[in-house]
Amino acid sequence: MKHGRIYHNGGIVQVTEENSRVRLASGRLLDEKYVQWLPPLEPGTVFALGLNYADHAAELSFKAPEKPLVFLKGANAITAHRCITRRPADVTYMHYECELAVVIGKEAKNVCREDAYDYVAGYTIANDYAFRDYLENYYRPNLRVKNRDHCTPLGPWLVDRQDIADPMQLNLYTYINGVKTQQGSTSDMVFDIPALIVYLSEFMTLSPGDIILTGTPTGIADTQPGDEIITEIEGLGQLINTVVDDKTWFESN
Amino acid sequence: MSLVIDQLRQQCLPEVMRSLGSAVYGVVLNDQKSVAALQPQLYAAPYKVPPAAPVLYIKPKNTFTQNNAQVTLPTNERSVEVAASLALVIGQRTTAVTADQALAHIAGIGLVADLSLPHNSYYRPAIREKCFDGALPIADALISIDDSAAIGQLCLETYINNTLVKSHKLDNLVRSAEQLLADVSAYMSLRPADILLLGVSYQAPQAKVGDKVTVSIAGRSEVSFTIEQGEQR
Repeated sequence: MKHGRIYHNGGIVQVTEENSRVRLASGRLLDEKYVQWLPPLEPGTVFALGLNYADHAAELSFKAPEKPLVFLKGANAITAHRCITRRPADVTYMHYECELAVVIGKEAKNVCREDAYDYVAGYTIANDYAFRDYLENYYRPNLRVKNRDHCTPLGPWLVDRQDIADPMQLNLYTYINGVKTQQGSTSDMVFDIPALIVYLSEFMTLSPGDIILTGTPTGIADTQPGDEIITEIEGLGQLINTVVDDKTWFESN
Repeated sequence: MSLVIDQLRQQCLPEVMRSLGSAVYGVVLNDQKSVAALQPQLYAAPYKVPPAAPVLYIKPKNTFTQNNAQVTLPTNERSVEVAASLALVIGQRTTAVTADQALAHIAGIGLVADLSLPHNSYYRPAIREKCFDGALPIADALISIDDSAAIGQLCLETYINNTLVKSHKLDNLVRSAEQLLADVSAYMSLRPADILLLGVSYQAPQAKVGDKVTVSIAGRSEVSFTIEQGEQR
């Protein structure tokens, strides 16, 4: 099943998907274009992976790392489906990153590879924007590049683990204004989902609601104010975001 | 006064942080002495130039622990750096504040022991080193504060097995409390009960398995914990 959260009639309500529409608990169906989406869960600790696809690492002139290159995000970075993300006026290169997001379902410590999927609740889509002008060689990628307010759309649906036969065989796509600019497969990850859960749970306890963004394949491109960015993952749906300039951002915040 | 500020001031800080889902941000290279010690390296690879923006890291919720905790080190680790630091505890939503407005957004000052496995590079995020379970013992009490000069007068003491091993003040910062909050909130909003740490010393004292550690501000706040051995492989 696909689970979502929307703001509806004065409160936060849990919804499910039915024939591409949003189903309220009452059974009533809403058009997904006209609901106020929230991230599909209240995020716990958010992990993200750098250089976790060999082709993307090569695109950035890096060798794939020998251990997972993990960084963290705060809740301030997360936003929902059909929301806006600000491109500051001084930025010359802001690129999307379509990523499979793995949501942890139960407390995990010292997990072995064979059991790793038991700790997964499900999957969703993240668009982990980066603002390359702000890159510095200290704890890179630094927070100014990766933890800006609302720079990481998440959703729309949290899809139950049982509904995805093999999360390591999913195609990913990104479209800028309808034109496909990124295409890859989760099969090309350097460290797969079990490897990431094993790695993290060796030194820290993972909790329900923690989220691992597993990295992006090759095909990044600059985005401009007004661009509609669709990140899509096979079986999970499409996550839509619009890039806006400072004026639009401050007028709506 | 907001409910959250009351809660922060009256209840055990780490418990409020856990219940409200606080985010904790730390900063390295924020005191002149640490920057001076590393100065030549900051111009060499892989850094090439000294940092322009605050060098931040995140301490996630699994690191939060409280007074009298047993902190178990990750597999095969035997020692840990103990960096006493002060915490700006946010009292109201803080977005793009100026330095002048910054301290009005603070509910008070907390005390933490920011633990790291020793590491000698700031190039990549140090997740295993800084984010292992229990890597942030947090004192219960919040200290109320009037201005940043008062913050710089607080003397942080670190004791290992009841011996004073380090005593320092955060009075020689690269970015003062209010400047740091202004620079960080320019792109990253902080929410009530979120925390911004004011910085850690380069090569802070190391504690080893079996040690009892106390970090204190004389007469005002303290947090103690022991270092336990993790799995050996």
